[in-house]
Amino acid sequence: MDFLIFKAPMLMVQASLDGILLGILFALIAYGMALQWGVMNIINIAQGDLVILGGYIAYTMYLAGIHPAWGVIVSPIIMYFVGVLLYKLVINKVVDRDLFISILATFGIAIVFQQLMNFIFGADVVVAQSEYGTTMLFDNSVTLPNSKIFSAFISVLYAVALVVYMKKSRLGRAIRATAQNARAAKILGVDTEKVYAATFGINAALCGIAGALISITLTLHPYVGLPYTVRSFMIVIVAGLGNLPAVAVSGMGLGLFEEFADYILGTEFRIGAVFMLLVFILVYRRFKLSKKREYLK
Amino acid sequence: MNKVKQKDLILYSGLIILGLAAPYLFSAFKVQLTYLCVLIVLAMTWNLQGGEMGYNTFGNILFYGLGMYLTASVQVGMFFPLAEWTESGGEKTFVHTTAQYFQGIGVGLLVSAIIPAIVAGAIGYAILGLRGHYFAICTLGLGIAAGEIAGGIEIIGAGQGFTTPPFPAEIVDTEARGKFFYFLSFALLIGTFIFVKYIYGSRFKLILNAIRDNEDKAEAMGIQTMKYKITGWMCSAFFCGLAGGIMGGLIGYIDSTDVAFDGREMGVFMVLMAILGGKGTLWGPVIGATLFHFFKEGLWTLILGWQYVALGVLIVVIVIYFPEGLMGWLREKYPERFGEVIDEKDRKAQVELK
Repeated sequence: MDFLIFKAPMLMVQASLDGILLGILFALIAYGMALQWGVMNIINIAQGDLVILGGYIAYTMYLAGIHPAWGVIVSPIIMYFVGVLLYKLVINKVVDRDLFISILATFGIAIVFQQLMNFIFGADVVVAQSEYGTTMLFDNSVTLPNSKIFSAFISVLYAVALVVYMKKSRLGRAIRATAQNARAAKILGVDTEKVYAATFGINAALCGIAGALISITLTLHPYVGLPYTVRSFMIVIVAGLGNLPAVAVSGMGLGLFEEFADYILGTEFRIGAVFMLLVFILVYRRFKLSKKREYLK
Repeated sequence: MNKVKQKDLILYSGLIILGLAAPYLFSAFKVQLTYLCVLIVLAMTWNLQGGEMGYNTFGNILFYGLGMYLTASVQVGMFFPLAEWTESGGEKTFVHTTAQYFQGIGVGLLVSAIIPAIVAGAIGYAILGLRGHYFAICTLGLGIAAGEIAGGIEIIGAGQGFTTPPFPAEIVDTEARGKFFYFLSFALLIGTFIFVKYIYGSRFKLILNAIRDNEDKAEAMGIQTMKYKITGWMCSAFFCGLAGGIMGGLIGYIDSTDVAFDGREMGVFMVLMAILGGKGTLWGPVIGATLFHFFKEGLWTLILGWQYVALGVLIVVIVIYFPEGLMGWLREKYPERFGEVIDEKDRKAQVELK
């Protein structure tokens, strides 16, 4: 084993810290995915493209001379309305239908989003400079950009705020009621149509926050949305719907996996490794479930 | 019964004559016609998978890309060192003679049909156990992973691509290349159609439909569903691999994510064409692919730059408003033509119930 990472233990610390901080960000996106999947029973392939769009909003602010960190406040507000609009145009027609229809329809949306972003923002890889500097640890052998710490902190903040909101507020209760049983909620006077719109809006807003954070920590490009979708999908199927601590943990696990795959396999296989991991997780899950399936339902 | 057969015979012979005459009638559009044949093959094989078996896959692009790389690799590797070829534009130093070229592509196509089918069989047991949307996402991941991984492998050109052997220069006729690839793809189309038609008349199709409609019940009836699912997927892979091999030779250049494992174009096209025509019918994918190809070639140039936006909108509209496709719509409208007999009494009783 002549991999660099096993020769220099400090690289392991570096990769672990990077991975965990990145994973928290993934968990935030996955939380949005779990929310809409649980409530509306749709799988949104355009999730990653919503993230990238949110990032471009922050990037536009950066170009206009405003510090991109303000994007974490502006971007979710704009993205909320984008989400509601998207719901009114397309998503409301796929809510009660076959999951494959939602997959294909959102795949179409993803293509439209990618192309529009390509027109508006160009096909270059961009990054918004936060100029937060870096923190050096262990005698300067581990470098940690402060923007990553900032992004993890903001992600946790928003996630906690959302959990509290879902528990305490009227809309949050309505969303949870709809997720449990949409019909019963309807009978009891919950306007499920509004709840769905709000859910999708909140999901888009979460994507907006994540995107703004990605614009200062990683890079933006119109066509990199799909890996984020797949990551969030993966986290959700590992953690299960509505299990928030598990979402956070598996998000961090995914971040760690990615950083280590980056060092061991090489950067060119990073995205490939993510998608292969998806396949392995699904196949593993299938064999685990097939052992349980002993009777017909 | 006999009358119907005669009608079919006229239809098929008419289509074959049209197909054989097409490159001479529309000699400027030979490449487009080749594309059309390949698109129809892809749509028909997707339909076996998604329409008949109910396993909506985004992953057939995997076999298409695999076939493309395999054909080109075999064609080069049979006569010259593959690594040197891909490293520095080997097509300039090494030249295939006419005989070598055709031998290479023949063997290459054979390999590109068999290996994807074997791959499908090998991964089938694991992947086809997934149900519904998990299967769809898994195959989507598989297709993209294949593209990303192929983009990192040096011997097949990695990120800079792989130039397939150019058509032998000894053949002076400038039309020959286009004709060769057209007739190759047309032969593939006829082969695929005969095969799919055969399946449509067999018990195998009924089993696939049983799996689509209720897999658990099919299993309870004593059908070994996994065996049939894998066989179905292997059939798809066989023809997808061949289609990929032909396309690789036609395009002349293989890029890992933009040509071979092109999930964003071909991978979506095949799903869209099958749904547009009507999945679960014999003629649906053929009509869907033809319509889609005409639409694409007609409009693509008019809306240059916006074609992907149009594609995305088209997907959304078709999926939401016409999930049954053209054949489904016709079937709704003229059920008698499809051999469905409507019991007048039963229909009235249903109306009264409402």
